[in-house]
Amino acid sequence: MSMTTIRQGSAQLVNSEKVRLRGALYVAEARIRSMMKWIWLIIGIAIANPVLYLISVGIGLGGLIDESVGVAGVDGVKYLTFLAPALLAQAAIQGALEETVYPTIEGFKWNRTFFSMNSTPLSGVQISIGVFLAAFFRTVYTVLFYFGVMWAFGALDSPAAWLAIPTAILAGTAFGALMQALAARLENENIFFVVLGRFIMMPLFLFSGTFFPLTSMPFFLQWIGWISPLWHATELGRYLTYGHAISPLMLWVHFLLLVSMLVVGLYLSARLFTKRLAK
Amino acid sequence: MFIPMAVAIAEARMGKRGERFYSGRVPQLLERGFIVFRSSTWMIVLSGFVEPVLYLLSFGYGIGMLLPTIESGGESIKYAVFIAPALLATSAMNGAIYDSTMNVFFKLTHDRIYHGMLATSMGPLDVALGEIGWALLRGFSYASAFMVVVIPLGLIPSIWGILAIPAAVLIAFGFASCGMAITSYMKSFQQLEIVNMLLLPMFLFSGSFFPLSVFPQWLQFIANLLPLTHAINLVRGLCLGNINMALAGHAMYFVIMIICGLFFTTKRLNALFMK
Amino acid sequence: MSESLISARGLTKKFGDLVAVDGIDFDVSKGESFGLLGPNGAGKSTVMRMIGATSQRDAGVLTILGKDPDKHGPQIRAHLGVVPQQDNLDTELSVVENLYIYGRYFGLPRAFVKSKVEELVAFAQLEEKRNAKVQSLSGGMKRRLTIARALVSEPEILMLDEPTTGLDPQARHILWDRLFRLKEQGVTLVITTHFMDEAEQLCDRLIVMDKGKIMAEGSPSSLIKDYSTKEVLEVRFGSDRNQEVADSLRAMCQRIEELPDRFLMYTEDGESLLEKIYASGLHPKTSLVRRSSLEDVFLRLTGRTLIE
Ligand SMILES: Nc1ncnc2c1ncn2[C@@H]1O[C@H](COP(=O)(O)OP(=O)(O)OP(=O)(O)O)[C@@H](O)[C@H]1O
Ligand SMILES: [Mg+2]
Repeated sequence: MSMTTIRQGSAQLVNSEKVRLRGALYVAEARIRSMMKWIWLIIGIAIANPVLYLISVGIGLGGLIDESVGVAGVDGVKYLTFLAPALLAQAAIQGALEETVYPTIEGFKWNRTFFSMNSTPLSGVQISIGVFLAAFFRTVYTVLFYFGVMWAFGALDSPAAWLAIPTAILAGTAFGALMQALAARLENENIFFVVLGRFIMMPLFLFSGTFFPLTSMPFFLQWIGWISPLWHATELGRYLTYGHAISPLMLWVHFLLLVSMLVVGLYLSARLFTKRLAK
Repeated sequence: MFIPMAVAIAEARMGKRGERFYSGRVPQLLERGFIVFRSSTWMIVLSGFVEPVLYLLSFGYGIGMLLPTIESGGESIKYAVFIAPALLATSAMNGAIYDSTMNVFFKLTHDRIYHGMLATSMGPLDVALGEIGWALLRGFSYASAFMVVVIPLGLIPSIWGILAIPAAVLIAFGFASCGMAITSYMKSFQQLEIVNMLLLPMFLFSGSFFPLSVFPQWLQFIANLLPLTHAINLVRGLCLGNINMALAGHAMYFVIMIICGLFFTTKRLNALFMK
Repeated sequence: MSESLISARGLTKKFGDLVAVDGIDFDVSKGESFGLLGPNGAGKSTVMRMIGATSQRDAGVLTILGKDPDKHGPQIRAHLGVVPQQDNLDTELSVVENLYIYGRYFGLPRAFVKSKVEELVAFAQLEEKRNAKVQSLSGGMKRRLTIARALVSEPEILMLDEPTTGLDPQARHILWDRLFRLKEQGVTLVITTHFMDEAEQLCDRLIVMDKGKIMAEGSPSSLIKDYSTKEVLEVRFGSDRNQEVADSLRAMCQRIEELPDRFLMYTEDGESLLEKIYASGLHPKTSLVRRSSLEDVFLRLTGRTLIE
């Protein structure tokens, strides 16, 4: 084939209008395809993780706690029931995190695929949204599996419990979007992973009222919960799964905070992707 | 005639046992570790110490409100006293596993640092011991720092508790040598993630947060096979002052782990680099 | 010059079904500068790694300084300075730290290594970057550092796998100069390269490999004499006309190579061949008469151009 025919061909085939509209989907497709290589592993984790936590902390430790607190319960319910919504939101956050941070660093640094994507008609904004969409996909099915397991363990008391699914997904994606933005401007990922694991994820997990009511912490540590998407989602989840007492105003506060984290995260991520690609 | 010093030094080991694998360069590798450490970020250094303290604060305080005392070894003790030794053992494990898996994997495949090392007159056992030695030094400092925090809080009732520090080093040694052996068989980062994922169930089912006796017999049996269970029992026995022969058994478990781990690491590194 | 430092007989290396090195024989004597040429995938790096005692052979005999690399790896490596094809610098360390710790890996005393490091930083022209982390170096700077690193133990045998790839002309000449001087001191060099000018300059003796086998062996000049003619005429007719004229050209000389863009015609007298072409009514767009080089030998032996 000579050079000229190739050029004609590409002019006919590449429809830049189509790319403009659907570019993000192409990126998401690429991401989901690479996710599919590990799909059984991801599903395995999505099931094993709640089973292990619910048996160990929920039932093992929970049994001792239920005995100790007596009929008053923890927040009025069995410990398992108290714990489950928090674990659901935590699973969403973890799933979203893994599907935003690693692919972002990989795309910019480890194999620089974002730069090659960007040399096609795809824009930085589209790449950023594409990565986010793939993470959204992962978050959704992680949460669905988790919810199924919780249901099987009898950890769900209210008929409205399924509403905890969207709030958990919201929390996961909100946090994922923020972390994606952070990962986009990263130079030294080794330090970042340590900071992320030990100084962000671990305090969030341990001090967001996950294992005990936030109010039982000393006041000077409670602020961690206030800025934590995990706490906001957990409060919503507890209200929805067993009717945890909460004022309507606070319901809106929790919800709107999560939504604004998501919006800010997406905006920043799109901007930082564009900036880094142009660097 | 041109006689380089490096040759004379290497020849000195000629005919000694294991000359193919080992040339006594562990100090040089520790020196490398120190140079890297000197320019490392304090955040990373701090992080190994932060982990058990955060758990202690969260579970010891928060769960302690719900569950003030717990039965262990026939007596009733404060919840924080119950979990503190377990957190020490677990952080020794986590540190050692991190140092010997993620860290080693990148040096092995991505940066090919070990390839550079082995182009010199070092052998694979030097590399393995040097890498693990550094992990142990770190494990030792973190364990000591943790003890400095918990002893004043009155969370270590027995004087025997001071032995928890060498015990933590033994535990770290066992996990680091096995971790490195496993890493050397891994082909991709994702496979390594699987190994790390096994740490979570181990953590949840090794009796760190509650006595295993709450579980049915069969689950207790499985839990008793896990290395972390032995680690926790060893450290907890020392900290609570329950000294008996069982502790020696737990320690033996780790001695065997160390021997097996070193054997397979050396064997595998040799095969890898000689490909 | 007769003492054989490296000696291979029937040296073989397999990767699964692929025979990367296929039973080759060669000797390298002390103070010699020995080159390995061959197209990509010929097995050059594999041979280098076997000599470097970091790759185990599957069959054959290999001795380095009289020792078997399978049995005495560390002792053999103590004599070697290795520049691998792929840089494997310690990414956690700075430039000087890389040089220093590498010297320490040989067990050398601190004071010796420290002074050596200073000299090598200057040699690699990395004074300004001496405390920079390796990641922040450019590709050619990393290469220079890798080369400098191989010299830290004052090795007796220097193994250079495509040392100058990525170097600018100045850095390349500094390296050549250093290699000449090391050779004068009696250091043995084993070099692979894809630059034929480099091979002609540096190597006393070469082997040309292809698909794991040795195709030819000798000094650069004897290889040219044996496998090429005295002169080469290069003619271009433009990509659309090459096909038409090929047959008539082929009739005019004994050997001709058709490259995608031009013809190489092998002859003892280029000018008169060119006259003959004009006389036959053909008018090449460009023409050039030159002396045969290693490049022509390479083309002849492997049927491939140099840069693939
Ligand atoms: N570690 C390995 N595993 C499997 N195959 C390998 C390995 N190393 C080399 N090969 C194969 O062995 C053959 C020879 O490779 P080698 O690297 O020696 O070639 P080379 O002559 O150095 O080529 P180049 O000029 O590209 O550097 C190639 O076909 C290569 O694919
Ligand atoms: Mg090569």
